[in-house]
Amino acid sequence: MIRLSNICKSFNDQVVLDQLNLTVEPEKITVIIGQSGCGKSVLLKHMIALIRPDSGQVIVDGEDITSLDEKGLNQTRKKFGMLFQDAALFDSMTVGDNVAFPLREHTRLSEKDIEEVVFEKLKLVGLTESFHKMPSELSGGMRKRVGLARAIALDPKIILFDEPTTGLDPIMKDAIDGLIMKTQELTQATCVVISHDIDSAFKIANKLAMLSDGRIVESGTPEEFQASKNPVVVNFIKGHAETNNQN
Amino acid sequence: MIRALEYTGRPFIYIFEEFGRIFTFLINAITWMVRPPLRLRLVFKQMESVGVQSIIVVLITAVFTGMVLALQTFYGFRMFGGEGLVGATVALSMTREIGPVFTGLMVTARAGSAMAAEIGTMRVTEQIDALYAMSVNPIQYLVMPRLVAGVLMLPFLTIVSDFIGIMGGYVVGVFLLNINPGIFMARMVDMVNLGDIFNGLIKSACFGLILSLIGCYKGFNTRGGAEGVGKATTQTVVLSCVSILISDYFLTAFMFR
Repeated sequence: MIRLSNICKSFNDQVVLDQLNLTVEPEKITVIIGQSGCGKSVLLKHMIALIRPDSGQVIVDGEDITSLDEKGLNQTRKKFGMLFQDAALFDSMTVGDNVAFPLREHTRLSEKDIEEVVFEKLKLVGLTESFHKMPSELSGGMRKRVGLARAIALDPKIILFDEPTTGLDPIMKDAIDGLIMKTQELTQATCVVISHDIDSAFKIANKLAMLSDGRIVESGTPEEFQASKNPVVVNFIKGHAETNNQN
Repeated sequence: MIRALEYTGRPFIYIFEEFGRIFTFLINAITWMVRPPLRLRLVFKQMESVGVQSIIVVLITAVFTGMVLALQTFYGFRMFGGEGLVGATVALSMTREIGPVFTGLMVTARAGSAMAAEIGTMRVTEQIDALYAMSVNPIQYLVMPRLVAGVLMLPFLTIVSDFIGIMGGYVVGVFLLNINPGIFMARMVDMVNLGDIFNGLIKSACFGLILSLIGCYKGFNTRGGAEGVGKATTQTVVLSCVSILISDYFLTAFMFR
């Protein structure tokens, strides 16, 4: 389980997260929604300690990771897999080497065994034929699928997705949504998805949380969200820009 | 008055802060150098990138520098009948100064800028965050191998530069300017001692550290997309070249007293 408690984060004078509280339930898909630039990615990066809060606690499996040293953090991060917004594949490596990277770093598997695991993960995302390709030869959607294969290479307990469907066409969006659900079902991992795509969010989420003005203003099941009377949530779901600004 | 002082002092404060940050970065990299895993494969890869791939540009620079040095000193020394000293002058200049400094500048242009661009691109495309997320320390994975490669390969390149520069001087002096080859070599052997060569190599190792440290530091702290990568690369070349020339003076003053 991940619990964020009273998280505050500012960059220079700009307050991004303000006394934020959030609990992510284990073995479920939690989707955090909010407007572009509201701090969703900053929030996600707090969960894996890529960003440290100015104050507050990030509890992962009962341990406050904000007070961990480098060694402790490395141990905690091994529980995580993360799909970055633009996949963050290593340009200098092939697709196969990208997926094999965490296996080579953190396991003692032989090259043959590593290759088997890589094929298995690439098969899951439907990209076995791209094993020897370089990331520059892939489309945006393919890059994200490879990023997902790399994120799940070590079978992590927690998978973080930073805007997995942004910039993709509707068919590819649907494919990525399907992959997230399939991955969660197969691995029973705790999944946290950052998104501003409301259709995708309702489709894949077991639980939704809405971030606005540095706080979680609403959280609940998709059904609860659809019935919400909170004007911020209602305007976001309906896509009412002007009314949203007035709030 | 206070505002004027503030305005004047601000750049100095920035420079001192920047030096402090670079020094901290270096200490961090050295700390990671001695922690397992040793990552020798990455070190060798960087040695190939910094050393082997820079040989051609170092060769071309050195040969023409040696040739023009022989030409210029010949015309100067001829005025008082000192043509025989051309070989010694070329060799001393190459081993003490021109070999290490020009090698440092050339490798900065070729490899230092590449380090900043490569690491900078990794920073702005979240590849460095991805390393952290996969429990791999990017200082150890990206910076340490480049620093080691810079320190180890610059002396080797300088040896090549010294040798080729002297050869260039020999060809111009002996074959074009008709200096007696025996005198050329004898004066050179008389006047150049091992200390000159050795101190030049120590200087080059320092330049290797400077250029790789600045390249990695600027790349690692890149912000702002493609424009940021461009700025980091330019700053690396400018700062490294200036730092090499400034440190050259102090190293020379210290070593050749």
